[in-house]
Amino acid sequence: MTQPTPPPKRTAKEKIGTPRPPMREQPPLERARNFLEVPFGYGPEQAMVEAERCLACGKPHCMEGCPVGNDIPTFLRQIAEGNFAGAARTMKETNLLPAICGRVCPQETQCEALCVIGKRGEPIAIGRLERFIGDWERESGAVEVPECAAPTGRKVAIIGSGPAGLTCAADVARAGHRVVVYEALQKPGGVLRYGIPEFRLPKAIIDAELTLLERMGVEIRCNEVIGMTDTIDELLVEEGYDAVFVATGAGLPWFLGIPGENALGVYSANEFLTRTNLMGAWRFPEYDTPVQRLNVVATIGGGNVAMDAARTALRLGAERSLIVYRRGLDELPARAEEVHHAQEEGVEFHLLTNPVEILSDARTGWVQALRCQRMELGEPDASGRRRPSPVPDSEFDLALGTVIIAIGNAPNPLIPRTTPDLDVSRKGQIVVDQESMKSSKRGVFAGGDIVRGAATVILAMGDGRRAAASINEYLESGKW
Amino acid sequence: MPRILRTELLAPRIRRYVVAAPKIARKRRAGQFVLVSPHPHGERIPLTISDADPDEGSITLIVQEAGKTTAEMALLEAGDELTDVVGPLGQPTHIVRLGHVVGVAGGIGIAPLYPILEAMQQAGNKVSVILGARSVEYLILEKEVRALGVDLTLCTDDGSRGRKGFVTEALGEMMASGQAIHQVVAIGPAIMMKFVCEVTRPQAIPTIVSLNPIMVDGTGMCGGCRVQVGNEAKFACVDGPEFDGHLVDFDLLMRRQAMYREQERQAMERFAAKDHTCQLEGV
Repeated sequence: MTQPTPPPKRTAKEKIGTPRPPMREQPPLERARNFLEVPFGYGPEQAMVEAERCLACGKPHCMEGCPVGNDIPTFLRQIAEGNFAGAARTMKETNLLPAICGRVCPQETQCEALCVIGKRGEPIAIGRLERFIGDWERESGAVEVPECAAPTGRKVAIIGSGPAGLTCAADVARAGHRVVVYEALQKPGGVLRYGIPEFRLPKAIIDAELTLLERMGVEIRCNEVIGMTDTIDELLVEEGYDAVFVATGAGLPWFLGIPGENALGVYSANEFLTRTNLMGAWRFPEYDTPVQRLNVVATIGGGNVAMDAARTALRLGAERSLIVYRRGLDELPARAEEVHHAQEEGVEFHLLTNPVEILSDARTGWVQALRCQRMELGEPDASGRRRPSPVPDSEFDLALGTVIIAIGNAPNPLIPRTTPDLDVSRKGQIVVDQESMKSSKRGVFAGGDIVRGAATVILAMGDGRRAAASINEYLESGKW
Repeated sequence: MPRILRTELLAPRIRRYVVAAPKIARKRRAGQFVLVSPHPHGERIPLTISDADPDEGSITLIVQEAGKTTAEMALLEAGDELTDVVGPLGQPTHIVRLGHVVGVAGGIGIAPLYPILEAMQQAGNKVSVILGARSVEYLILEKEVRALGVDLTLCTDDGSRGRKGFVTEALGEMMASGQAIHQVVAIGPAIMMKFVCEVTRPQAIPTIVSLNPIMVDGTGMCGGCRVQVGNEAKFACVDGPEFDGHLVDFDLLMRRQAMYREQERQAMERFAAKDHTCQLEGV
């Protein structure tokens, strides 16, 4: 690969005044009918020009916004110099999954929100550059396997192969411990695999990052449901693990509790996305698992998962895909970029709209309509968002064929149920010390959504890192 | 990948598979199930564990051809591998000494019922079994059930073996005979379980049913297997598969089981269009 020429140096004023290069994307109406990735990513020249805009602040605030503590200024400088291999190495010090984080992290509220340039102009496109480095390393075949310390003879079980589990696995393996990751589903990746759709995170990227973990000696065992196939106690006592990290995610979907919710054609977002992404229903009948493909699909909820479901429905052939959300546009919890993409693709937003009943055909049991009421916003509630309240006599029906419920998840009960001495909160989340990620049970750590409830990929990864540091320390000192 | 150790045709389109799954064989308890997929593009289907041999490290599954996945499984033989065998899943049957327990099975329902009968008997219950099938050739596991030494009544729709008629009639007569029945465990097609529950409802005999809705992950993650039990929607995979039959909305269950009928038809047609006849047949 030829070394690209670094861009000319610019003054601070020029840097601040220059906007970030746009990232090319598939045209909205074209991409809404295929599963290919939406943005194409920066090329080397664009990446170098953008990275060169970094002011190299003495006190880099961007790093404070990163849950895994990426050394952002160093990797930006290396990109600007055209030293992509060096940038990849810097990144991998703290984050083994840059191609994933570059795509799914909410950078606009983390590192980029704290970028000094953002006060006067557009903040450095840190996320896009992170993605660039991850992709460059993978595509150039220059992937370096991080060095692992000499084997310690210690063994760590990681339950769940989502972002928290994989991050923890990498850091524990580097310390020389043997790592086995248990996954309940047939393929590893957790929410990255079953939840986030192909058009937002191509599965080939997950496969590549998993290969790297395996090259580090991490073993991944699919189709093993801890809590059922083995319990935590059996792992610790019979299987001889020295520590266990529980990262099973938030795997028990909430339903609304409104009449008609068991009608045919009503899905949880988890089911709809799992059928489509993990089970391959978007390629039915080549894959055996089906998913309903109806003309009008309503997704209830306003988070990233709701956007993923609504955009997936379009790609499965829906003529109309609706988001039904009880608050307003400003209150949508989804990333602005996801909302923007969904709008561009033609997803209709029915805001300040609260579903009260699902109506179905009395003979067939199939969904026919969603009965909704209009809402208005009042004073801010505990979450800081304005509290919605119903407008009297405002009920109306939306005619449709599929309803997807995307209002979040409760923690999965399988491990708490079979681990009696593990403290869980009233909501069913595993209780841990926020710094060490230690649970109430000796040798057992936990992180990600099983501890937090529904959060983000990067917060789960942050938990995985902290847990790994704590596990490594525990295995060395033996102190709980 | 889990290997099939033995297969046996028990009745037309009903096969027994003995599958190597040492951990599951050790852990499983009566009433639990596994999710099985025969190949990487396959659908994962729930199958109740019918028996297990911890020494051999194997579990027994009894499968009736009903759709594409089970039709594909029918082509497998000893030595072939299944892609996924996950479990044991679900809550085990609550086994206690109650007195007189009556097991009622329709068709291959006897396969999941068998380990429950065994466990109920070991717990000190008197166990009676009413086993029904369309006709004598579809009656399976009769020998195994007899070997338990339980009181066995056979029914066939056409009278080709045992009494002519449905299991509900035999159960009604048993109730009318005045013998105490402390619990009924009914497993079979949803419609049969529904009618068994109607028979036991007037006398309020506790009736346990094992439900088989469509599942995806089997761990509570998707909620596709939800069933209405009284006022609550329950997930059959983690809350069940067994529930109080008097509270189950069977009509909803049957509708939800048929949710993908059109896709199932498409998949079967596509499958049937390929030539699956054995090259050795007729040689």
